[in-house]
Amino acid sequence: MKKYLSFFRLRFIMGLQYRGAALAGISTQFAWGFMEIMIFRAFYRADPSSFPMSFSATVSYLWLQQAFLALFAVWMMENEIFDSIINGDIAYELCRPADLYSMLFSRSIASRLSRAVLRCFPILIVAVFLPQPYGISAPASPRHFILFLITLILGLLMTVSLCGLVYILAFFTISPAGLRLMFNSAADFFAGALIPLPFFPEKMREIMELLPFASLQNVPLRIYGGSMSSYEMQKAIFLQIFWLVVTTFAGKILCHLAQRRMIVQGG
Amino acid sequence: MRNIGSKIYSSIRLYLHYVSINIRCVMQYKTSFFLTAFGQFLVSFTTFLSVFFMFQRFSSVEGFTYSEVLLCFAVMLMEFSLAEMFARGFDQFSGMVRRGEFDRVLVRPQNEIIQVLGSKFELTRFGRMLQAVVMFVYGILKSGIDWNFSKILTVIFMLIGGTTVFTALFLIYAAFCFFTLESLEFMNIFTDGAREFGRYPVGIYGEKMLLFATFFVPYALIQYYPLLYILGRRTERIYMFLPLLACGFLIPALLFWKFGVRHYKSSGS
Repeated sequence: MKKYLSFFRLRFIMGLQYRGAALAGISTQFAWGFMEIMIFRAFYRADPSSFPMSFSATVSYLWLQQAFLALFAVWMMENEIFDSIINGDIAYELCRPADLYSMLFSRSIASRLSRAVLRCFPILIVAVFLPQPYGISAPASPRHFILFLITLILGLLMTVSLCGLVYILAFFTISPAGLRLMFNSAADFFAGALIPLPFFPEKMREIMELLPFASLQNVPLRIYGGSMSSYEMQKAIFLQIFWLVVTTFAGKILCHLAQRRMIVQGG
Repeated sequence: MRNIGSKIYSSIRLYLHYVSINIRCVMQYKTSFFLTAFGQFLVSFTTFLSVFFMFQRFSSVEGFTYSEVLLCFAVMLMEFSLAEMFARGFDQFSGMVRRGEFDRVLVRPQNEIIQVLGSKFELTRFGRMLQAVVMFVYGILKSGIDWNFSKILTVIFMLIGGTTVFTALFLIYAAFCFFTLESLEFMNIFTDGAREFGRYPVGIYGEKMLLFATFFVPYALIQYYPLLYILGRRTERIYMFLPLLACGFLIPALLFWKFGVRHYKSSGS
């Protein structure tokens, strides 16, 4: 366990070094969040009664989405890892007396967390001071806030676990570009990154909420604004834990299989 | 005069030669090509689905119906994918500068823009284009527009203007690399962001955004105003020619590029 913690620490400190990149990211995310809010405002004006959640909860959802983008954006996978699988540098990692999957896992958590730590506070602070209803509002209740934090962590673990599957599949395909594109767009859509899940038609939403993708940003961001009932929250958290166990287990098995038939590229 | 003519002719021939090399190169990996093209299709398809499901719930937004929004989205996507197909070489320009490959470009007796343009021709964007065409046809059939010659001409102007504006944006994006060596993440909001947010008419983003998109980066000239003309909301002829006016955006972009080239200091070995 200690070695994985130090992997985590190394990556985390390294990630904190990229402050210039973070600054650029923050300004992009501001502009992005602002434009998203303008779209939903236009729809709200057109027909407020068709809105499935309150406007302020929607705005909070969108700001939190931008603030914690690094935790949940499936497309923010590390090119370095893919490159090392393709060009054979991964062999060095295999020489270490550590489990490959756990190493990838702790490394991914660290790089996502370091990015999020650098980016979330400026966005959250400005979003708090924006005039209502365009700013982020307070959490629905202290209980909701605690649940938000717990599901945020579960959501991060779930993101890392899902992306881990893609990294490992790269061992089998060698040219993972097409696979990544498809995974990214499907995951973004089903996770509620394009439009929050409540905006989908009832039947469709019920199915989407059962999928593993719904366990990423959907749960914490909706719990924060208080747009889920107690029963729905219980169910969502249970599903998060269930999918986390399943995907991690699947990742471990796949990784084991990949290592058994591994061909190291390059020389 | 004849001199300039033959120069342009040889530039175009050179560019087409680059394109044919690129296509032959990509076609060596056919499976990868089709997978990536399909992936591209899927990426913009999910954006389409997000519009589709929003309109399952809402009947209109700021007076635009579903088919009208689709028409707008389709034209924007076509403009973007055309520009991307031709001008994607600028996207990877940061790598070219960092590796010092731009030195090689400069010593050749040819226009450097043509050479950078020719370094990459993204045929896979054809997946995205295909989707745009399908949506466009659907939008035309459903929106009940009364087509006439000037409206058809407006669509052609929109495609020309839009492709030019996005190419100019890619050029500015690349020219920044002369100063920063890195491609600027913030510029993405003007290219990829414009594609994503261009799915709705610029007017829905509010007054200030419309002013910005009219006078600063002319998105509204290639999307919002001509759309109003096509939909018959505005009848003044000037709306028809605004996309051509937007082509003027290429001038500051070119000047900025020239400025960047003059400041270029070689890096890499």
